[in-house]
Amino acid sequence: MCAVELRADKRTESGVLVNDFAIVAATVNGSGSQTANNTLVRALFKMGIPVNGKNLFPSNIYGLPTWYTIRLSRDGYIARRSDYHVLAAMNPKTQAEDIEKLASGGICIHPEEWKLKPTRDDITYIPMPVREMVKESGAAPGLKEYVANMVYVGAIAELLGIELAEIRSALSYFLKGKAKAVDLNYFLVEKAAAYVREQFADVPRNFRAERMDATRGKILIEGNSAAALGAIFGGVSVAAWYPITPSTSMIDALMDYAKELRTEPDGKTTLVIVQAEDELAAAGIVIGAGWMGARSLTATSGPGISLMAEFSGLGYFAEVPCVIWDIQRMGPSTGLPTRTSQGDVLKAYYLSHGDTRHVVLLPANMKECFEFGWRAHDLADRLQTPIFVLSDLDLGMNLWMTDPFDYPDQPMDRGKVITYEDLEKFGTWGRYKDVDGDGIGYRSLPGQGPAYFARGTGHTEYATYSERPDDWSKNMDRLARKFETARRLVPKPISHIEDNAVFGIIAYGSTDAPIAEARDLLKAANLPTSYHRIRALPLGEATREFLSLYERVYVVENNYLGQMAQLLKMEYPDLANRLISISHCDGLPLTARWIVDSILEKEQK
Amino acid sequence: MTARTAKTNALGLEKSAYKGAESTLCNGCGHDSISAKIIDACWELGLDQRYIFKLSGIGCSSKTPAYFLGLSHSFNTVHGRMPSVATGATLANRNLICIGVSGDGDTGSIGLGQFKHLLRRNVPMVYIVENNGVYGLTKGQFSATADENQRQKYYGVNPFPPIDLCMEAIVADCTFVARSFSGDPQQCRELIKAALSHKGTALLDIISPCVTFNDTPESTKSYAYGKAHNIELQQIEHIPPGLVIQRQEITIPEYAEGETIAVTMHDGSQILLKKTDRTHDPRDKQAALRLLEQAKAQQLFITGLIYIAEPRPTLGELSGIVDTPLAELPQERLRPSREALAKVMASLS
Repeated sequence: MCAVELRADKRTESGVLVNDFAIVAATVNGSGSQTANNTLVRALFKMGIPVNGKNLFPSNIYGLPTWYTIRLSRDGYIARRSDYHVLAAMNPKTQAEDIEKLASGGICIHPEEWKLKPTRDDITYIPMPVREMVKESGAAPGLKEYVANMVYVGAIAELLGIELAEIRSALSYFLKGKAKAVDLNYFLVEKAAAYVREQFADVPRNFRAERMDATRGKILIEGNSAAALGAIFGGVSVAAWYPITPSTSMIDALMDYAKELRTEPDGKTTLVIVQAEDELAAAGIVIGAGWMGARSLTATSGPGISLMAEFSGLGYFAEVPCVIWDIQRMGPSTGLPTRTSQGDVLKAYYLSHGDTRHVVLLPANMKECFEFGWRAHDLADRLQTPIFVLSDLDLGMNLWMTDPFDYPDQPMDRGKVITYEDLEKFGTWGRYKDVDGDGIGYRSLPGQGPAYFARGTGHTEYATYSERPDDWSKNMDRLARKFETARRLVPKPISHIEDNAVFGIIAYGSTDAPIAEARDLLKAANLPTSYHRIRALPLGEATREFLSLYERVYVVENNYLGQMAQLLKMEYPDLANRLISISHCDGLPLTARWIVDSILEKEQK
Repeated sequence: MTARTAKTNALGLEKSAYKGAESTLCNGCGHDSISAKIIDACWELGLDQRYIFKLSGIGCSSKTPAYFLGLSHSFNTVHGRMPSVATGATLANRNLICIGVSGDGDTGSIGLGQFKHLLRRNVPMVYIVENNGVYGLTKGQFSATADENQRQKYYGVNPFPPIDLCMEAIVADCTFVARSFSGDPQQCRELIKAALSHKGTALLDIISPCVTFNDTPESTKSYAYGKAHNIELQQIEHIPPGLVIQRQEITIPEYAEGETIAVTMHDGSQILLKKTDRTHDPRDKQAALRLLEQAKAQQLFITGLIYIAEPRPTLGELSGIVDTPLAELPQERLRPSREALAKVMASLS
């Protein structure tokens, strides 16, 4: 097997890298660097350069280190890359390690006050008089630390050639046009840029941000906002939640969008959002609202999902529609609350005791966060069951460049509902009777249709209590039939088939971005691959077909156990020997490099 | 509508129209008596069953919604979590009447947290606790409302003071708090009717003796020892369900305001009930709490309306939701327009 040359360096003849490098801002958590980092991302985006920002932050309010990575990629790759070329070293506690990791030839911006002794001669140090500049800005004492971050924004802008006009308009965007705040921040940006221009004129500008036209028509959004927006267009009317990182910002976005999009002319709302006392109550509220006929959702993360287990079983067995978003973070236990993972796949699929199985949607990008956001409610009503949507911290809390979202292409599907008037036509009606052969009964809503007794205990097709073995078996058989219907209704997987592919790759969710890049790298090394992206559980026939095509299929995922690989082996035992699990979970989004290396290691065996 | 006769209510319906399925509880269970009083109250008030829904948690009491108002929707949920389901359901349709039935284990133990938060949010519903101090379905463990020093055959002596759900409700600013006894049909019925007319959460804690498991004497609440009973208990535990010894439901004679009466339980023991009288002003929160404290010290149950206040705004009112029930909103009011999406997209570009 040939060695694979990764990422041929795109330096120009004079040694300049244009729009293909990474910046890291290493700061102290709570010091207010978010506006600074977002401003850089937005300015680059507005210069037409494909860009991605990732926040690696601690579970902490103030004091622990945090790193923000900005990747510029003229080829449009938006996955994380682990190396970086420009460093804003603003955290004295981590500066030594941060500087050590800086790529050779890189630039290190740091406060002059540190009196840093250079440890490397292959990088350029740019000491900035941060304290002095902040003093000069006249910022109020409470704002000093916050605006100090603008010094590295200005320095980076000057060194990279980011247009200051774009910096100013990005600042205005994030500070909602508040002139005083914009002026104060921009004063420091300009000051820092001018300082670098004068003091470091002879430092070679080896990393350049040059205007392109690759972001026209695109938007920048976080996955949690996209999900909330999707739910708003899905007609959600009751939401309940308990604060938990990294799902909280989805509810924050839901509140903001509800004000804007779901307030009626009389000032009243069509979406009520309840902060529950815990995740058990949040699940109970959405089950209660779903049973009553409202579209309901909750958003949580791993520990909350564990608490929702009992109610999920009730929803499955009493057949109540609702939507449960899991913005996954690292476990077991409290794990790493601010680090990403895909560790809840098996848990969500089988959540609750007894023979429970759930429909799970797996969005991989911003458009799918939005689309599954509304579609989940249609599926919940159609299938009369809780629908799980598994996003993760990487998708949910980072800014992603994406095409704008498409308006829902079909009207809201409320599924099979029977009213008092319908009953006269039907004659007889059994809530759990499978009239149509798809395993789905006709549901009736309080106040709108004939009464039945919903329960989590054994029941007949007429919803009466039963402990009879035949009633139990018949009901489980019907639920199995309904699950087969779900198999046909959930979003289909997407396959990219290469004619001469040597092996296949299966993945889902946020690993899509690094896989796209990894496949290009492999292809460039004469290893074309086919790719099958699962978008929902239960799995469908298309996945079996894909597995049948290749002798080796790598299942790539961001968890320790290789959960999807396990699920595939259970689902397709006759094809299990084709599956090779490539899984890793250390709190960081996967990189293309790691995927390529891991696959090659197995291929070379 | 049929002309109203003595046997029909304002809707022209006979009381039998408000029945549910046949009860599967033990013979003589106080819970059945409460179901009967819910039927009486709803029939007398002429309520339309289509606009009522019933909720419960898990336990003997929580089975009862199947035994009354057969034409109303019902949801038997999970143990201790009825309050959250009620919260979601009442928000989704604010036009319906919610009757919740729970037990002392369901509310006082596993569900205490949700109970308190329901009261705090003032979820509009009638919340009935059928309180027997034991876990019937799992054969007689103590609940959190069991008397201090009460003795159970297998579980020994309960060393902990009871949780008084009425007191918890008053402290949580519930604006309707009452206590009754399942064998006092008139008081039960009248309190249920009053609760149904109250806006916000109305709590009704109804002492409802367990005929099968809460039969251990030597309680500090004047339980006397019923000798023959231990033998019966053993018989009950070893015979298949359906062969449980027939017992009569406990009923009590009418008693006057301020009067204290002793009620003989299934095991021959006695409890003391004292009806509130005109000297108690149920609008006085401090007086209500004092009354409950005194009753606890004297080992008696105060019955009647213990506390009532001007209704607070309900959760739905505080949330500013539209007048049309959320569950009945059409797509035009739930899904913003194509233009609205375009506007949001433009703001993100």
